[in-house]
Amino acid sequence: MKYNGKTYKVNEINDAIKAAGGTATLTEVLGERFIACGLKEGVVTIEGTPGNALGAYLDGAKIIVHGNGQDAVGDTMNEGKIVIHGSVGDTLGYAMRGGKIFVRDNVCYRAGVHIKEYGDKVPVIVIGGTAGCFLGEYMAGGVVIVLNKDNAKDPIADYTGVGMYGGKIVVRAESLDTVLPEQIKCRRMENGELSAFTPYIKEYCSEFGRADPKLWTGTVYLLQPDSNNPYKRLYTNN
Amino acid sequence: MIDYNVAPFEVVRDYDKCVNCRVCERQCSNEVHHYEEGFGKMISDSAKCVDCQRCVCLCPTKALKIVPNQNAFRPNANWQQKYLTEIYKQAESGGVLLSSMGNPEPFPVYFDKILINASQVTNPSIDPLREPMETRVFLGAKPQTIERDASGKIVTKLPPRLKLSMPVMFSAMSYGSISYNAHAALARAAEKLGIYYNTGEGGLHKDFYKYSANTIVQVASGRFGVHKDYLEDGAAIEIKIGQGAKPGIGGHLPGAKIVGDVSKTRMIPEGSDAVSPAPHHDIYSIEDLRQLVYSIKEATEYKKPVIVKIAAVHNVAAIASGIARSGADIIAIDGFRGGTGAAPTRIRDNVGIPIELALGSVDQRLREENIRDNVSLVVAGSIRSSADVVKAICLGADAVYIGSASLVAMGCHLCRTCNYGKCNWGIATQRPDLVKRLNPDIAAERLINMLTAWNHEIQEMMGGMGINSIEALRGNRLMLRGVGLNERELAVLGIKHAGEV
Ligand code: SF4
Ligand code: SF4
Repeated sequence: MKYNGKTYKVNEINDAIKAAGGTATLTEVLGERFIACGLKEGVVTIEGTPGNALGAYLDGAKIIVHGNGQDAVGDTMNEGKIVIHGSVGDTLGYAMRGGKIFVRDNVCYRAGVHIKEYGDKVPVIVIGGTAGCFLGEYMAGGVVIVLNKDNAKDPIADYTGVGMYGGKIVVRAESLDTVLPEQIKCRRMENGELSAFTPYIKEYCSEFGRADPKLWTGTVYLLQPDSNNPYKRLYTNN
Repeated sequence: MIDYNVAPFEVVRDYDKCVNCRVCERQCSNEVHHYEEGFGKMISDSAKCVDCQRCVCLCPTKALKIVPNQNAFRPNANWQQKYLTEIYKQAESGGVLLSSMGNPEPFPVYFDKILINASQVTNPSIDPLREPMETRVFLGAKPQTIERDASGKIVTKLPPRLKLSMPVMFSAMSYGSISYNAHAALARAAEKLGIYYNTGEGGLHKDFYKYSANTIVQVASGRFGVHKDYLEDGAAIEIKIGQGAKPGIGGHLPGAKIVGDVSKTRMIPEGSDAVSPAPHHDIYSIEDLRQLVYSIKEATEYKKPVIVKIAAVHNVAAIASGIARSGADIIAIDGFRGGTGAAPTRIRDNVGIPIELALGSVDQRLREENIRDNVSLVVAGSIRSSADVVKAICLGADAVYIGSASLVAMGCHLCRTCNYGKCNWGIATQRPDLVKRLNPDIAAERLINMLTAWNHEIQEMMGGMGINSIEALRGNRLMLRGVGLNERELAVLGIKHAGEV
């Protein structure tokens, strides 16, 4: 089924997607917000530029955007997959607790803020290009990978991992000159360690039709917090 | 280091009554009491006592009492003992002081300076035992215009609302900050009473999904435990922006409390902290708030009202005016005396404003701007009795939230040490041996008893005023008079002074 976004209000788009069992193609999308909010199943293909909060609370469906995303893509996502053939705005994957997001190019501020994991439910964000400030702020779990496919000098920006107390940020970079917060431990990964992340890279490559090995050469850094109890020593009972 | 502080309380044991049964020893999680073989009697270490009254209540011979320690630092009206005590603690530990429950400082309690009207001779009072009295309220936006469809028929589709049998709900207390049994009791009581309880920000335990018709689910900045089924399970969804006990400060459940099912419900590993900082890092404006409100509405197909909860702060009226335009259906305002499982002492005791003044100004502001019916107002922090409920409604509230009062009904004695995690009443703890002390059936019954009594009292006060429906009480400031309040205070509350006609 095809929908031309221009003739619908957003909740009508979502109603129609659900009525079609979750699978739909939306064309000429231009800024409509909340598309596929909370969707449990199906594949929504979008041509154009969806508005904010695309796939918020996503619960199992797949979203493919042929274009750029805006802010709050995959907000509080629980399950499913979002694939963006372009770049996205701020707060990508805010408080995600499951599922995967693949962004072909770059992301703006505050991607992966508050993402968390539990048991085998580990959310994954793979960013093909570079990320803006505050990447992984307050991160409590999960994996964020910055592939830096175009070999930018500084693929991550200031305040990456501020307040982070769980999870892993993986960054491919020649050298990391970004100033990192005190509580973040940053080190070069050994070759063997990378294998834990290669399935995600492979998935990125297959989604965007790239040959994988080229993306995964050079130095790779792993950023992790030094404690999962960041405030323990701060307080005294009164 | 030498501890410069003295015990705040003294355990007094009447040895003529004490039979060495050792109940107190078993009941005190602070390990105050023990049996001294050599002396053949019970000994108490007063320094560890927090005055929770558990041992006093359970002592079979009533041999115990806890009194304030009479030992006194040299009296000083400026340097009160508590300031010295707190400095000693910080000099020793270097820590930020952490407290719990509501602000205990002697700020004015405006509810206690407001009196309620009653009818005499004309407009006679109504006997609630004989006449029907309506205490049911609906919360949510009230449509301003009549919509008609193409054929001219009136469209009767109303925005989603909450239906309460009486204008009281249990306020947000997370599973984690309070125990499983305390949550179970609140859920059961809410169901029986036809009101709502609130999950707080830690998600919802699987066992409690069955109470969904009486559950408000909360979404805070860390979004712990938030997913589509959780949103769908709530009768309403509350976005927590602020909390009265700690405006501008977020929630932080220490790793020590993230154990077992709490960890599973929040979906973070055992032992890890759960941090919900004060700002939602995706909300920097009313437009951003509107986006979160609508993303929740989209995810739940516009079937559930959305509540936005804020702390009562200086410019609360302007903030509420923005929220009333954000698409939210209900605004919850939490006053500076609201309870908490843990808050920095300085914040709890010095930040925010009284709920009575916040409510007075918000209600008047929304009326002036003609947007009062866009939203319902729910107030909290702190409502202690049915009289406080009636006064709040006359000042413009649609309903109130009670937190501390509901814990007190279950046994809490406001010892204000919830942050220790060793609550002897089985409420603010995750220790299994303590949690099991709180029987959820009995606790639910106590909650039901209390609110049933409050409802009768509300009806009696309404009847006394000659009013038979709570709707007619809302914002009815003529039914209130202030005593000992100055002109500014009266103006903010929007009421007259006692004796004025
Ligand atoms: S802390 Fe509570 S139980 Fe322990 S001695 Fe004091 S009042 Fe009794
Ligand atoms: S809940 Fe427990 S620890 Fe907290 S104030 Fe009440 S009795 Fe004390």
